[in-house]
Amino acid sequence: MSGRTHRTGVAARASRRGLAVAALLWAAVPALARTAHPGDAAACGGCHAPASAGEVPDLRGRPPAEVVAAMRAFRSGERPATVMDRIAKGYSDEEIRAIAAWVTAPPGEAERPTQP
Amino acid sequence: MLSGLAAAGAGVLAAPHVRAQAGARIVVVGGGFAGASCARALGREAGNLAVTLVEPNARYTACPFSNAVIAGLREMDGQNFGYEALRRTGVDVVTARVVAVDAETRRVRLEDGASLDYARLVLAPGIDLDLGAIPGYDAAAAAVLPHAWKAGEQTLLLRRQLEAMADGGLVVIAAPANPFRCPPGPYERASLIAYYLKARKPRSKLIILDAKDAFSKQRLFEAAWTELYGGLIEWVPLSGGGRLTAVDAATRTLTTEFGSHRAAVANVIPPQRAAAVAVAAGVADRTGWCPIDPVTFESRLRPGIHVIGDAAIAGAMPKSAFAADAQAKACARAVAALVRGREPDEPKLINTCYSLVAPDYGISIAGVYQPRGGLLAEVEGAGGVSPIKAPPSFRAVEATYAMAWFRTITDGIFG
Ligand SMILES: Cc1cc2nc3c(=O)[nH]c(=O)nc-3n(C[C@H](O)[C@H](O)[C@H](O)COP(=O)(O)OP(=O)(O)OC[C@H]3O[C@@H](n4cnc5c(N)ncnc54)[C@H](O)[C@@H]3O)c2cc1C
Repeated sequence: MSGRTHRTGVAARASRRGLAVAALLWAAVPALARTAHPGDAAACGGCHAPASAGEVPDLRGRPPAEVVAAMRAFRSGERPATVMDRIAKGYSDEEIRAIAAWVTAPPGEAERPTQP
Repeated sequence: MLSGLAAAGAGVLAAPHVRAQAGARIVVVGGGFAGASCARALGREAGNLAVTLVEPNARYTACPFSNAVIAGLREMDGQNFGYEALRRTGVDVVTARVVAVDAETRRVRLEDGASLDYARLVLAPGIDLDLGAIPGYDAAAAAVLPHAWKAGEQTLLLRRQLEAMADGGLVVIAAPANPFRCPPGPYERASLIAYYLKARKPRSKLIILDAKDAFSKQRLFEAAWTELYGGLIEWVPLSGGGRLTAVDAATRTLTTEFGSHRAAVANVIPPQRAAAVAVAAGVADRTGWCPIDPVTFESRLRPGIHVIGDAAIAGAMPKSAFAADAQAKACARAVAALVRGREPDEPKLINTCYSLVAPDYGISIAGVYQPRGGLLAEVEGAGGVSPIKAPPSFRAVEATYAMAWFRTITDGIFG
């Protein structure tokens, strides 16, 4: 992950857009690693979806903890994989937790908005 | 649904400027992996956006797996997708070509003179082949020496030429310099054509004339070629005289700095650039591609216009259908946030590109990306290619995953 802090990243983008108010609000947040959000899981749908059931697991409706455990095991190399080991290495624990919650959302909720 | 087209055509649209607000109209240009996926994702976003997708073709013909069609391993039917499901999700699909974009008045003009106003525009027009970059390789030459780099009639033409070729013939594939659509594509094609030749025309030979000195998944491809096809495939890099300097369609002769090759079948993949509408909109730079903000995919050259898919300069992300779909979803999120006056989230994206070296032998390259230094940069420590040493079962599973990916992605967008 990039060394860029949450605060500077958001502030830079906000001021670029002239959203000074947003920048001030965000400036109050202590500098952390990048914040995960449900959109992070969107790219997972390139492979994990109902149409793939059989070869690539459809994760919807599965317990999030199962996905968290799998991702961490892929990342550490503990669980063998073809490609998930390479992908899992790109995600922090926090991101993995957020992604797991999103990709396991039950069927029927797939076409809901990704933002409140 | 009443499309904005009729009203706009009659010139009765009340406000030339659609204000950025809930219910704002988002126009998406191009119904490929990027545009169709973005239109679908926009429909899922909050804000009740009015989404119009403009695409000149009633059906989309997908490139991934078109190399298998060329090698006779698959039929063209499996490559074609319609827009009915997209329409059912509420997207207004307009069958037309965009000929002009006015970023000032936020309006696009269609071929028939009608126009559409937008609050934000998403351009996803894919590529144009640069017919003029290689002396002798123009539209007429492409009808004899197919590029087959846009799937459809060109794909079938190359297949028919291979089928008609006598055993012992020379097949030549000319690959372009970077950047271009689908970096591993020419080598997957070479592999599957070699598979066909080995089975059907084993005395034939395949030469790849390359305008570069290295290519995607090179070690994996080369190891597999040796293992599966013996000396059938010869790769000629730039430094070995691989770059084309001229072609002669009449004699199927491809000339390089080092000599010339008279082919029985020649597949010339020319250099590429963002499709013409990107130039018309003023979002392509001198490289021929479109610089974008890595968070919002908004053009660096024209505000209010977002560019995704092959047409965009997406930093380290390759020009792939997987990447186009991932960018499309991230862009939809950003567009919805901007329309509502919110700060867009910083995206994190994935790409995974499979290639078939044989029907039961798949290899892959993957990457994770996020904005850094104004570009989409690869997350260090993640990604990479399939292991160089792996048992046949591993390659077979990756071949299965390749097919599963194609079914999933096309179902998610068009199904
Ligand atoms: C042989 C081959 C194999 C490939 N294999 C893979 C693979 O295995 N995996 C992978 O991920 N990728 C693969 N790719 C790459 C993939 O096809 C592209 O990256 C992908 O199509 C890009 O999507 P796009 O939406 O940007 O462009 P496109 O798919 O080209 O879609 C662009 C659309 O815009 C429309 N358009 C253009 N101009 C206008 C206009 N003025 N007005 C309205 N509409 C317009 C076009 O009609 C078209 O439908 C392969 C490519 C090739 C050539």
